[in-house]
Amino acid sequence: MGFNEIKHTADWALLIWGENIETLFKEAARGMYALMSAQSSQTPRRIYEFSTYQTNLESQLVSFLSELLYCTEQEELIFDSFYFKLSDGGFAVKMEGSNITSIQRQIKAVTFHNLEIKQSNQGYQVEIVFDV
Amino acid sequence: MVRIQDLTRISAYEWEIPKSFRNDMRVPVRIFSTHEMLENSLDDRSLEQAINAATLPGLVGAVTIMPDMHQGYGFPIGGVAATEFPNGVISPRAIGYDINCGVRLLASSIEAEAALPYLEMLSVRLNQLCPSGVGTDGIVNLALPELDHVLKEGSHWAFKNGYANETDLRRTEENGMLTGAKPEKVSDRARKRGKSQLGSLGAGNHFIEVDVVDEIFNEKAASTMGLHTGMLAVQIHCGSRGLGHQICSDYVQEFQTAIQRYGIKVPDRELVCAPMDSPEGVAYLGAMRAAANFAFANRQLLAHAARQAFVDVFAGHFKDWQLHQVYDIAHNMGKLEFHEVEGRRLKVCVHRKGATRAFGPGAPGLPPEYQEIGQPVLVPGSMGTASWVLVGTRTSMLRSFGSSCHGARRVMSRSQAKKEIHGNRLRLELEDRGIHVQAGSMSELAEEAPQAYKDVDMVVETVTKVDIARKVARLMPVVVIKG
Repeated sequence: MGFNEIKHTADWALLIWGENIETLFKEAARGMYALMSAQSSQTPRRIYEFSTYQTNLESQLVSFLSELLYCTEQEELIFDSFYFKLSDGGFAVKMEGSNITSIQRQIKAVTFHNLEIKQSNQGYQVEIVFDV
Repeated sequence: MVRIQDLTRISAYEWEIPKSFRNDMRVPVRIFSTHEMLENSLDDRSLEQAINAATLPGLVGAVTIMPDMHQGYGFPIGGVAATEFPNGVISPRAIGYDINCGVRLLASSIEAEAALPYLEMLSVRLNQLCPSGVGTDGIVNLALPELDHVLKEGSHWAFKNGYANETDLRRTEENGMLTGAKPEKVSDRARKRGKSQLGSLGAGNHFIEVDVVDEIFNEKAASTMGLHTGMLAVQIHCGSRGLGHQICSDYVQEFQTAIQRYGIKVPDRELVCAPMDSPEGVAYLGAMRAAANFAFANRQLLAHAARQAFVDVFAGHFKDWQLHQVYDIAHNMGKLEFHEVEGRRLKVCVHRKGATRAFGPGAPGLPPEYQEIGQPVLVPGSMGTASWVLVGTRTSMLRSFGSSCHGARRVMSRSQAKKEIHGNRLRLELEDRGIHVQAGSMSELAEEAPQAYKDVDMVVETVTKVDIARKVARLMPVVVIKG
């Protein structure tokens, strides 16, 4: 599991991989926070719950990451622990995190640009482009 | 994969990809570009995206691409596409995340030479009064019911609250207010993001710049706009902030299923769309207009703050320190307009993504003082380089749905710029050239370095050669405020 930054002319992009869908989504969150250079206070711990039901995994991923972006801006929260409960057509996730202490770079949106979750030798991988 | 030999050369500055290039194209793609710029465009997916855009249902004429094109999301930046009302589609990505991202230009009678000793102070004061950067709140924090008034009234809300004058409204595209905005079609998420951000610049490529009018190319037009050689002017480049981004994200997600309901096939899921007369299309149009109004009000509040900075710094030192509005123009917008297409006058939705409206003389909607010269077209350059003021032409009405270019063309990735350019060093280089820089983040400054963009001059040269716009004035920066 992991992520790498990849070249994109006008924006930021990540290659993300994980052995299963939950890991892939967690790595996507970690990668996005890394691009933003987001730091948190670690304590006190905050719990946040989110669920999404979309027609495909790509839409679910965009929905999940968009929620995290919303939380950085409006709740001033970033998360480091994720507990997914997958079901048909979506998932619920319980997240733990803490207040943001600093963010260096703003990501404005998660895009569907070339977004395709593929199966690989390592499990799953996806490229995500962020609008900045 | 598109190759240069797939294009038909119409002239040295105009190219076409015929409808026959791919089976699913509904209209041809018309590109305004030099051979060199076109070859550079093959490095990214902008031409492929233009071909994909040419498959949208209800298109008329041609998908038209400006010389500052580069790869976007689904739809290329620098693209113009018109779909027939009411059955044609509206596509959120063909308008952009930052709905009504645009530029406002204000002119002054302050001589730059005489203002030199005050410019550093001006940069500090602008930076203090115009909120910018990651996570920064705007000049006003609105209660949600008040936000609805902004979403409906745009710059007129600013006027009622003492942030605008009548000239500001008259010299703003659509008088700063798109009718038909539907705040009720804006999600709670978008409203929450917007309520604290009105009157803020944001981050990324947005900026406030103080410029010197460096050269005049059309004395009559420049004089009508109040632009005179050697005088200071101010540009404000920003959009609808988190509110617009949230609206675009919400509707792109919703349209993923809408296209299935309407049996629409798109070659890229970023190009999702809905017929304008469908419930989804009507809802997006209403929400998009609301975001556009927010953006008009946003630039208006920043203009008000910039005027205050000019008062604070120049009052008492200069006889006239006022900033007069030249124009405010969107470059990410979808508008219902009438255009002549193949001999028929049609009502169409003109999607402009990274392209500005460029109406010629006599066009409806222009203020009386600009009826004779045509609409001002504002083309900011990359940081530290020239910006241009142009006017639209009658030719643009016939060839590009009354549209022109919007800026410089990005050629270097942000990650590459960050690796190759040191923010602090860049700031010192700009200071050495007499450009005062205030930036929230040195790494973001590096990402927006002039080296990351192709020179805007060639873009301007191209649009003037095809006569969709004409040169009025060139501006050179002396103060740059970045988020």
